[in-house]
Amino acid sequence: MVVASLPHRSTEETDAIEEILRDCPASPAGVIPLLQKMQQRFGYVSETTLTRVSEYSRVPLSSIYGVATFYSQFRLTRPGKHTIRVCLGTACHVLGAGEILDYLKERLEIVEGETTKDQLFSLEPVRCLGCCSLAPVMMIDDETYGRLTRKALDDILASYGADAPS
Amino acid sequence: MTPVCEVRVGLATCGIAAGAQRVHSALQGALAEQANDVVLKRVGCIGMCYNEPLVDVVSADGSRTTYRHVQEEDVARIVSEHVLGGEPVEELLLQPDGFFDRQVRIVLENCGLIDPQSLREYREHAGYEALGEVLTQRVPKDVVDEITAAGLRGRGGGGFPTGMKWSLAAKELACEKYLVCNADEGDPGAFMDRSVLEGDPHRVIEGMMIAAYAIGATHGVVYVRAEYPLAIARLEKAIADATAADLLGEHILGTDFSFDVAIKAGAGAFVCGEETALIASIEGRRGTPRRRPPYPSTSGLWGRPTVINNVETLANVPWIIRHGAPAFAQYGTQRSKGTKVFALAGKIKHSGLIEIPMGMPIRDIVFQIGGGIRDDKAFKAVQLGGPSGGCIPASLADVPVDYESLKETGAIVGSGGMIVLDEGTCMVDVAKYFLDFTQAESCGKCTFCRVGTRRMLEILTRLCDGEGEASDLDRLVALGNKVKTHSLCGLGKTAPNPILTTTQYFREEYEAHIFDKVCPAGVCKALIAYAIDPECCKDCKLCVKECPVGAIAQGDGKFKVIDRSICIKCGRCRSVCPFGAIDAISERGEE
Repeated sequence: MVVASLPHRSTEETDAIEEILRDCPASPAGVIPLLQKMQQRFGYVSETTLTRVSEYSRVPLSSIYGVATFYSQFRLTRPGKHTIRVCLGTACHVLGAGEILDYLKERLEIVEGETTKDQLFSLEPVRCLGCCSLAPVMMIDDETYGRLTRKALDDILASYGADAPS
Repeated sequence: MTPVCEVRVGLATCGIAAGAQRVHSALQGALAEQANDVVLKRVGCIGMCYNEPLVDVVSADGSRTTYRHVQEEDVARIVSEHVLGGEPVEELLLQPDGFFDRQVRIVLENCGLIDPQSLREYREHAGYEALGEVLTQRVPKDVVDEITAAGLRGRGGGGFPTGMKWSLAAKELACEKYLVCNADEGDPGAFMDRSVLEGDPHRVIEGMMIAAYAIGATHGVVYVRAEYPLAIARLEKAIADATAADLLGEHILGTDFSFDVAIKAGAGAFVCGEETALIASIEGRRGTPRRRPPYPSTSGLWGRPTVINNVETLANVPWIIRHGAPAFAQYGTQRSKGTKVFALAGKIKHSGLIEIPMGMPIRDIVFQIGGGIRDDKAFKAVQLGGPSGGCIPASLADVPVDYESLKETGAIVGSGGMIVLDEGTCMVDVAKYFLDFTQAESCGKCTFCRVGTRRMLEILTRLCDGEGEASDLDRLVALGNKVKTHSLCGLGKTAPNPILTTTQYFREEYEAHIFDKVCPAGVCKALIAYAIDPECCKDCKLCVKECPVGAIAQGDGKFKVIDRSICIKCGRCRSVCPFGAIDAISERGEE
């Protein structure tokens, strides 16, 4: 299993995990909401988190891992400061989302699912953000950007502190 | 002059993405300063996504003036000239374009007109009246009969008669039953359910309650995609408000009926739109489907009888109860009654959310409501039903949109995604796009879907890469038919539809990829090359600057040429050229 191991965060992390667990019922049905809360708090679900959720919910770790890898929402590695979600829905596809994604990959020097070296951006393609009339679309964290072009991407990335294109 | 009493801003996801939040903030400031008796209201999506951000100025007599593409800097003028001065700002006005002329709004009745966060406003618009009537004057069987008589069918794509689904669950004897609202809208290119949840959440809750009363359920669950945070937030508020007003909980409206609603956020899995997979997901497991029977109406969530209805289906219910089955059945065709909401997108002028009576020909939707194809290119096809649906060619544009007629073409009504494609769309690429989606989303439980989708995707990838073989086309169709027949659930059974319809209607395009190694639409990278048209080139050198590999250089004459041995076909030169001088041509050189 690919999991970032960060021993120095462990006590802080385990404290935070316990804090979340206090408000959640311990049941198999609660596994997905629990993992969602953990991911919201930490940005991803670590091995420590998975193990603790397994003990707490009394569901085998293998099943928890199965759930965490089945649903596309869960990340098992730590994301960058900003998450870029590029929409690859049908409307975006026919209006050039592929080129937008290619350009982002080139600019950020990463592929889908990876994080930039400076930990600033993670790149995640998504299937549909539901604002098809603005295609092609992407979101950076909670902000939506539509009718994207290469030029627009340069400006947007710069506003998040990315270096200018070489 | 009638004074202005209200200003509305469309604040659904699409409006916000277009900048409506900033417009709302600017209006808030300006109105507070200059006209604090005017009410500023946040409303949902009216459907004209192509005109967002939209602002409505409403006069005391109820007349409504709509402004389109409003930006922050326009706010000062709208407030000073219209709100205070009574003179509309002409150049910002929305011009009538036929978008609403042929629509019939049942599900979207309130969307974009009322404040979705206000229970009071929903009630002022006849909200919860149907619930009151049902709980106090009708027995459950009556309600089921009314829905059956209306001819309402499942709007999630299946088209199963809703009344029959309810009557099956109503017959079951159990101490607990569940009513699940399926809001796991996973089709790429579809946003009907999101818009309804964001624009009129109480309507969905009311529909759930009426359904629950009809089948005898006491617990409700809304299963929403996690990608819809705004819909979840508005639904949470609506549930809290309804509970506070004693519309949810114990002894609703003083009757013996009790009902509660919980929200479950999905975690990103397309297959969870399938009933049994959705149930597995609510129960906290991997969302894999199981064999049916038993159907969920007998054994569903936690083994109890469960009815699963789509958002749009439930949103129809209060209207049917209020207006009666005959009023609903007057719309539509013999076997497909009422209306259907579509998310119209792709290469169309007016992309947005529309609600049409069943039976309207595709041509009318594309050209009258949709305003025709963007940049006046040629209309090629519509894709209906997303990854489960099919492509209908322009030659069949007179086919009416109803369950039976569309099924005959090989496509389906689907959940409501309608993507319009023009001559610049490659149908092999479209089929590959959807297979790429279903292959990634296949849960892997049954062999036909798991292996079949992968093999089909491999063939399609080969075709797009110019490595197709003569036997590929037959193999693709044979494989598609097997996957369709033998897969366990709806995902696999419908996954070959994009292939089967495109090979049927666009066979020559497949053959061009295989035998001529040409992509007629100029999309598949391996089969195209870029060339500069000397007639159009103005020698501005923008393309030279943009080219990342230095493939564009001075030719013999005064214009530029692209060196194909260096070109990586990234297409940047084409996108920056202000004169449209750069085109994709087939690799062999002919246009």
